[in-house]
Amino acid sequence: MQVNNNFEPVIVAFCCNWCSYAGADLSGTNRLNYPTNVKIIRVPCSCRVNPMFILRAFQKGADGVIICGCHPGDCHYTSGNYFTRRRITLLYSMLDFLGIERNRTRLEWVSAAEGAKFAATMQQFTEDVKKLGPNRRLEDLRCRKQ
Amino acid sequence: MQRIGVFVCHCGTNIAATVDVKAVAEALSHEPGVVISQDYQYMCSESGQNLVKDAIKEHNLTGVVVCSCSPRMHENTFRKAAASVGLNPYLVEIANIREQCSWIHKEIATATDKAIILGKAAVAKVHLNAPLTAGESPVVKRALVIGGGIAGIQTALDIAEAGFDVDIVEKKPTIGGKMAQIDKTFPTLDCAACILTPKMVEASQNEHITIHSFSEVADVKGFVGNFTVTIKKKARYVDEVKCTGCGACVEKCPMKKVPNEFNEGLDNRHAIYIPFAQAVPKVATIDPNYCMMLKNGKCGVCSKVCAAGAIDYKQQDKFIEQKYGAIIVATGFNPINLDKYDEFAYSQCPDVVTSLELERLMNAAGPNGGTLLRPSDKTHPHTIVFVQCVGSRCDDEKGKPYCSKICCMYTAKHAMLIREKYPDTEVYVFYIDVRTPGKNFDEFYRRAVEQYNVHYIKGMVGKVTPKSDGKIDVQASDLLANEQLHINADMVVLAAAIEPDKTARPLATMLTTQMDTNDFFTEAHPKLRPVESATAGIFLSGACQGPKDIPETVAQASAAAAKAIGLLVKNSITCNPCVAHSDELLCNGCSSCEKVCPYGAITYQDKEFRMPDRTTAIRRVASVNPAVCQGCGACTVACPSGAMDLNGFSNSQIMAEVDAICK
Amino acid sequence: MQETMIKRAKELLADGTVSRVIGWKKGEFGYDSTPAVFETAEELDRDFVFDDFTASNVSKYLVKESRKDGKILAFLKPCDTYSFNQLIKEHRVIRENVYIIGIPGGPKLDVEKIKAKGITGILNKKNENYTLKIETLYGTETMMFYEAICGKCQDCKSKKHVIYDELIGEDGDVLDSSRFDMVEKLENMTAQERFDFWREQLSKCIRCNACRNVCPACTCEKCVFDNPKSGIENKAPSDSFEENMFHIIRAFHVAGRCTDCGECSRVCPQNIPLHLLNRKFIKDINELYGEYQAGADLTSKSPLTDYDTNDCEPSIVHERGVE
Repeated sequence: MQVNNNFEPVIVAFCCNWCSYAGADLSGTNRLNYPTNVKIIRVPCSCRVNPMFILRAFQKGADGVIICGCHPGDCHYTSGNYFTRRRITLLYSMLDFLGIERNRTRLEWVSAAEGAKFAATMQQFTEDVKKLGPNRRLEDLRCRKQ
Repeated sequence: MQRIGVFVCHCGTNIAATVDVKAVAEALSHEPGVVISQDYQYMCSESGQNLVKDAIKEHNLTGVVVCSCSPRMHENTFRKAAASVGLNPYLVEIANIREQCSWIHKEIATATDKAIILGKAAVAKVHLNAPLTAGESPVVKRALVIGGGIAGIQTALDIAEAGFDVDIVEKKPTIGGKMAQIDKTFPTLDCAACILTPKMVEASQNEHITIHSFSEVADVKGFVGNFTVTIKKKARYVDEVKCTGCGACVEKCPMKKVPNEFNEGLDNRHAIYIPFAQAVPKVATIDPNYCMMLKNGKCGVCSKVCAAGAIDYKQQDKFIEQKYGAIIVATGFNPINLDKYDEFAYSQCPDVVTSLELERLMNAAGPNGGTLLRPSDKTHPHTIVFVQCVGSRCDDEKGKPYCSKICCMYTAKHAMLIREKYPDTEVYVFYIDVRTPGKNFDEFYRRAVEQYNVHYIKGMVGKVTPKSDGKIDVQASDLLANEQLHINADMVVLAAAIEPDKTARPLATMLTTQMDTNDFFTEAHPKLRPVESATAGIFLSGACQGPKDIPETVAQASAAAAKAIGLLVKNSITCNPCVAHSDELLCNGCSSCEKVCPYGAITYQDKEFRMPDRTTAIRRVASVNPAVCQGCGACTVACPSGAMDLNGFSNSQIMAEVDAICK
Repeated sequence: MQETMIKRAKELLADGTVSRVIGWKKGEFGYDSTPAVFETAEELDRDFVFDDFTASNVSKYLVKESRKDGKILAFLKPCDTYSFNQLIKEHRVIRENVYIIGIPGGPKLDVEKIKAKGITGILNKKNENYTLKIETLYGTETMMFYEAICGKCQDCKSKKHVIYDELIGEDGDVLDSSRFDMVEKLENMTAQERFDFWREQLSKCIRCNACRNVCPACTCEKCVFDNPKSGIENKAPSDSFEENMFHIIRAFHVAGRCTDCGECSRVCPQNIPLHLLNRKFIKDINELYGEYQAGADLTSKSPLTDYDTNDCEPSIVHERGVE
């Protein structure tokens, strides 16, 4: 595996509006640092995240994708994250089956009160993706940055 | 052609200290469609907002991106500002460069780069934003309360108090519910009937309240503010209007051997009956399973003695349809059936009773006129054993996994009342734990132990065996003393677990509300929205949501009423425009979306379509009711054809953000 | 069997029960029968065929056919009935407009496997004592019958008809198949080995769309890959990413709905084992959310439109198999 210390991965984080996006805001309010590599996209609920979006991110040059939602049982829409959990488990399992590195994808439950967990999760995820190096197995060569 | 304005906020030094805001404004000015890109010290201030407003007017902007704090903070501020100068508020997007950038990063170069990327993502998204209009939906100013126990009565009274019409649908011939069967209430030991029956009368006399007794909800259509409900008024063979409740028919009815439900089958009633003296409405009902006239046409005594001419053997079930703005579920609970508990000999021995049966045995209007006698031989019991948690906190299939919550307290009450009235009676209570949180509850329990000398024994009863001498052998373990006990008892009282009423599940299906695995209705949020269901316009009152005692039930009933009133006072409700919508040309009608919708917002119609080959075809397509949809987006992923999309968070918008971030 | 089917079809046409029949039609060669709709007794006598090569699943055709006027008779093999049930569940076929006769299933033969033995100019074949006697232009050739069985029949999951109006022949049972063996084998490889395996397979894809077009779960009015508005419209796999994406999205879209009829792999001209992707989802669903067979009944909830509050977390992927 190619390990480049200067490698700065592109990481897309889908965050649900009610818990995780608020958790991300809280880590900002508390000035809890996490790498600039992480860019957040706000979605109403983690169940809004279509597998197409995840693949799209890898296609366009993302090296890691993380989905964050309310803890099971706390979904603003009562059941959204339960559907997310099934869909994303199956999707991640399929990506694993195709030989895509497991650590490029993650799902975490982060509540609006867990600013510290949000920052720590992003820190850890970025490190994990850094170790993997650039996404080569699921990239679209035409989108590779020179 | 899009004309987009970008406004970068310094937030004093909150943003500007770690993000080069000028560089961000400059970089974003080169993005496609951007016609103006400015920075300003406090964009949310009056003058900052004016800057945005002026730019909208001057440049005739079609979209606005504000790079500032979290949208959770000021999205509404900027949306309102845009709307005030005629730009659709949903054409405003926020790039969060404070909480998610300047506040967490320290190095100016990388933080500025990130802020630019976040800005680019917002510009890419706003290109695809569509103007959205929040729809309005009228509210019918009438509420329906399903269930006429104390929960339903309290909710109805509170709603009526606010001046709204409210209907109570009660499946039994009278309102009152379980509380009407209870003798005394803990922890004050006041008489249940004395505090309940005035409320029942109040409900019946309130000009805003209509009681449909002996009725059921047959069908529910519609959505928040506009439900259409079909109520089935079951035939009671007595004209409710004509009947005066004099009771002459009951007295003369020759069929006297019908188990009396009100007394838990401990005595008998007539085939025509009024459940109890204070019943509301006080109207007789004929039980068609026992009435000889209805069964084989031979009798007719009640009709002959009825001076009001109220008896109508030909009465049929009647269906009425009514519109409601809000529905409150108050279907209550029942003790579980104990037939499967052979170890407690409930079905073998008449002197093994449930706690609710004990209530009736001790009640002045009960089968023994208030004297506690053994059902088998009508003698005074001298040793009584109470068994707690029968079917509660249970791992196996016979019982329920949850704590029924009320049993510890009512058992303490029973024990105390018995010791008070019959000091020669020994009372044993077998428990797993005694749970007494609540105002004056623990004091109450301690009084039972300390003042009334009730024997509380930590341990479970293993076997109850009726003996030939009429006594009952209770075999139990005392966990604290670590010994096996045999108690020679006269009566055994089982604190049966409580479960939701059987009518709750079909009702939940009609209402498209959610239930947990125990058939309790699920609240919209376990902490913050405890009396609302997740389905807008449906509220939860009392034990249908979970085990509750009377004070809690009444508190929740009033809370549910307050929530319903909050809805009913509105002439119309503004709908969230960020809702799902289905592209009928792409829809397969497969029902995947409907199955994941927590609100029942999706329905299907058969529609005629002109096909590409110039034929017409009838296809089943989904449509979303925007008044009901809450915009979670679960349906958009369930839909394989991509027909479902979400306003404000469309597939193309999210993918544009992904592209902007990853490039 | 073929005669019995034709006889019964003619009866049902004659008494007006149905106005059309869907089955299989003789092709140019003995082995290239195709699904076809018959409207008259003459057509049935002339063209109807049911033999070792009629492997195709006709359920999908009923999406369109059941919406036409009049009732249609459909001959469904056990595996086809699962597909049909699933289509009823998704409101894609109109049950009342179809008269279903359950017919025995395979094993059906794969002509490519015969050709792979170097046998060409095939005219006719006979099955004698597990040996296939094939008459060709160049004389008679033999091979073991089991060697010619098509992939989907080798892994047969059920001989039971889950829906029918009448049966010809006897109904069978759900089988204990070893269909997940290959998925398991892949799961036990390293990620690099899996990646290499799938690159080798999926790089063969020419995006002919045969898998999608034959799939009885892929009945969308318009496929996302044909829809410019979907954001993933894609006509040709011009990059390894697109080869992967098409098959991942397709498998995901049919997850929980795929009955494992095996048609995708049967029709793939590049012999890509596409069914393994679907089977991976089925295996995961069975293991994580409880046994589920799409199309087995009309009432169960599809695992992807259902949930349990105690479902496992996606991190379970890290706990299983090999990285």
